[in-house]
Amino acid sequence: MWKRDESVKPATPPAPAQAAPAAPAVSMPPATSERRTQLQGDNVNIGKSVVIKGELSGSEDLTIEGNVEGRIELKENILTIGPNGKIRAEVFAKAVIVLGEVTGNVTASEKVDIRDNGSVDGDITSPRVAIAEGAHFRGAVDMQRGGNAKPAAAKPAAAAAPAPATPAAAGQKVGA
Amino acid sequence: MADSARTLTDFFGLLGHRRAAPAAPAVASPTAAPGEASHPTKALPKFLASLQSREHPVLLDLGPVVGSNVTFFGEQLGCRIRVEDLAADIETHVKKGTLDQLPAFFATRFPQAPGSVDGILCWDLFDYLEKTSAQALATALTTILRPDGTLLGLFSTAEARESVYTKYVVVDPAQLRYRTYPASRPRQRALLTGDIIRMFKGMRVSDSFLMKSNVREMLFRKNPV
Repeated sequence: MWKRDESVKPATPPAPAQAAPAAPAVSMPPATSERRTQLQGDNVNIGKSVVIKGELSGSEDLTIEGNVEGRIELKENILTIGPNGKIRAEVFAKAVIVLGEVTGNVTASEKVDIRDNGSVDGDITSPRVAIAEGAHFRGAVDMQRGGNAKPAAAKPAAAAAPAPATPAAAGQKVGA
Repeated sequence: MADSARTLTDFFGLLGHRRAAPAAPAVASPTAAPGEASHPTKALPKFLASLQSREHPVLLDLGPVVGSNVTFFGEQLGCRIRVEDLAADIETHVKKGTLDQLPAFFATRFPQAPGSVDGILCWDLFDYLEKTSAQALATALTTILRPDGTLLGLFSTAEARESVYTKYVVVDPAQLRYRTYPASRPRQRALLTGDIIRMFKGMRVSDSFLMKSNVREMLFRKNPV
């Protein structure tokens, strides 16, 4: 079901899905121990102490709790930056959930979700963007109108500018 | 006894209704936090309408980041929205004691190319600036706005001295929710309408609404070249 990318492939053959809970950690050869990954069902987790510099790509959902610098590409999958994650990279994914820190531009084909205490310093390109109340964001948001969006329906309502529902709403036009 | 109780209940019920309707200029929203209320806006629908004719407008929001606003404007306009929190800049200058440097700061604050922005949401930022800083900001914003671009500003008409900034949360095109948070500086003296108009040289006032919340909503359009 999940096609594993070579860059995060463990040295041992991948365990079947049902075996994953029994073997939560996959030991890596010492040379690649920096890229220690943990299999959690269909989600790969990059732990707190891991530092990756370079290009990270794959075809399964990924959670990053460590530091990544460079470029992350998970075009068909969900990338989660955990509360401890620190990213200085260009990010491309289907959906990006940010609970940690991201410095760099983020592009998602579906959604970018910056949760409470999450931080993004960079430009976001995605058809849907959610920024929680306690989140930090500095940059630009480019929300292209996707096929599923229905802005046209909202347009006439906005343009027509119906009178507010309450009598208290009445503003007084004093200039033109 | 039962009758008298019913009468009293009815009486208090009537009192409650009377209080709620004409005295409160704001409407409590079911999704609002306690103490928050929705206020009508007349200028926002016109601001949106002015941008909807553009294919992929560029919008500059000068207030603090409000996630729901980003979503709202993105979905309504399919726009590219840039958030530049000028309230945070003002706050920094207040804390550093460098308010005299604000005019020079505003002159170089915006990385946008001249004439590259379709719409600017100023909210009530000018209320926190002295005349020279306000003029510098108005000039910088006029420069980056494209010809016929739109700027929305809210100007207090009351001499309120409370030290709070306001986050304007868009509830829908006709309603804003005011959410205050602490500021190191109170609002400055309310600007006169004539002074505001003079500040935005190269722009014309397309609409101006005096709301019951003592806020003047003004919509400026940049003159064509």
